[in-house]
Amino acid sequence: MTALAALTGHYLRASFGNKFSLVFSALQPFLYLVLFGPLFERSGVGSWGVLVPGLLVQLGLTSPGMAGFGIVFDQRFGVLERMRVTPVSRVTLLLGRVLRDSAVMLIQAVAIIVAAWALGLRAPLAGVLGALLLITVLSVGMASLSYVAALTIRQELFAPVMSSVVIPLMLLSGALLPMSLAPAWLDAVSRLTPFRYAVEGMRALFAGSYASAAVLWGVVVSLAFAVVGVTLGTRRFQRENA
Amino acid sequence: MIHARGLTKTFGPTEAVRGIDVDVSAGEIVGFLGPNGAGKTTTLRMLTTLLRPTSGTATVAGADLFADPAGVRRRIGYVAQGGAFAPFSPVGEELVLQARLYGLNREEARERVTALLAELDLPGVEERTTVTLSGGQKRRLDIAMGLLHGPELLFLDEPTTGLDPQSRANLWDHVRRLRERDGLTVFLTTHYLEEADALCDRLLIIDHGRIVAEGTPGELKSEHGARTLDDVFLAVTGRELREGAAA
Repeated sequence: MTALAALTGHYLRASFGNKFSLVFSALQPFLYLVLFGPLFERSGVGSWGVLVPGLLVQLGLTSPGMAGFGIVFDQRFGVLERMRVTPVSRVTLLLGRVLRDSAVMLIQAVAIIVAAWALGLRAPLAGVLGALLLITVLSVGMASLSYVAALTIRQELFAPVMSSVVIPLMLLSGALLPMSLAPAWLDAVSRLTPFRYAVEGMRALFAGSYASAAVLWGVVVSLAFAVVGVTLGTRRFQRENA
Repeated sequence: MIHARGLTKTFGPTEAVRGIDVDVSAGEIVGFLGPNGAGKTTTLRMLTTLLRPTSGTATVAGADLFADPAGVRRRIGYVAQGGAFAPFSPVGEELVLQARLYGLNREEARERVTALLAELDLPGVEERTTVTLSGGQKRRLDIAMGLLHGPELLFLDEPTTGLDPQSRANLWDHVRRLRERDGLTVFLTTHYLEEADALCDRLLIIDHGRIVAEGTPGELKSEHGARTLDDVFLAVTGRELREGAAA
């Protein structure tokens, strides 16, 4: 526990020391909110309560998705190895980073909700808090997988690979336009991706329908995604680097 | 302190280490020598739990390497060849973090770091980053990182590579003092044979993944009728080199 708190605290201090990256990693959903949101709102598809959950999932994909970038430097400078010779469990070494990434994303998510509120979003507080919880769970899985990718693929391939994975996942989740508009084949493909369930669960939460099937599926799929991510991440941290 | 039998490591078709035995007693300074690619670093990484041996048995600092790697990690310090500091982070923060990973609370960690830095002639460097430190200071800092938790056994991977002769002698003094004062056991790799001669009680020479010679510097020299360790080293590992020189 000491070790987890020490790691998370250390990484959080480092993140807050670099305000530029704090803003930059949330820039994409923020731009969608400001430059696409007003169009969406007048398109007749839905209001802010439909778009903002989608943008939060976009944030939950992109912000923790790029987290792995930093570990490459730690690996190169021997920082990772020096931690691997301590008795700290491998899952703690991973979670120390992941909790920082989730905390950063949570702050960014709150900033987006506040900005959306100024633009006209209205949603029940309980629904918003529930959605924040859901996206935090999702971010744990996403950040873990980002570390797996960063420690597995060649360094120069990390950014292009992550963005070419994240963008189709984001589009398939229905984050920008609801999948109810999709042709059958796209709808079917979308159902195979985990983030669709998170988007729909969060839309239901924003609409105040807490006891819906959409919320249940959102929670179940997001939890499963986090478990898979942390399991793979821990395995990668355990693995000897030959 | 180290008791290893038949350690091997294969990477795919390559046998990097082919069944070596290592015995190190408490309080010894043991040098581990060998040409590049002989299996030094692989062996070191196995003994420090960073690499799982393909086969063999080993007890390191009283804990079984296979059954209790966390126990080994608690009792050993490891100073990697390339150091272990992020270049732009204040060194004090990195040291305090590392101490806390060994279970010290924040206060204990700070006190320990201050004391250790003073002991290694690095007082007051906490706020600095490694890019502003000299090569010798950096290596002493790496050693401080390895000593935070008061290990019984310290592994040093090429601790003096790239240092000027003064810094090298200074580092030797620190290592000797740690052994004399704390009874620290040291297992180090080096390419400098005069370092091995001056600093180490006993030497192991590895080549092609096997231990090819073992003994005190004096024993090795008399055994091979050699005047210097360089001659011993060439005799046990340097066939190609000598053939090349003769031709």
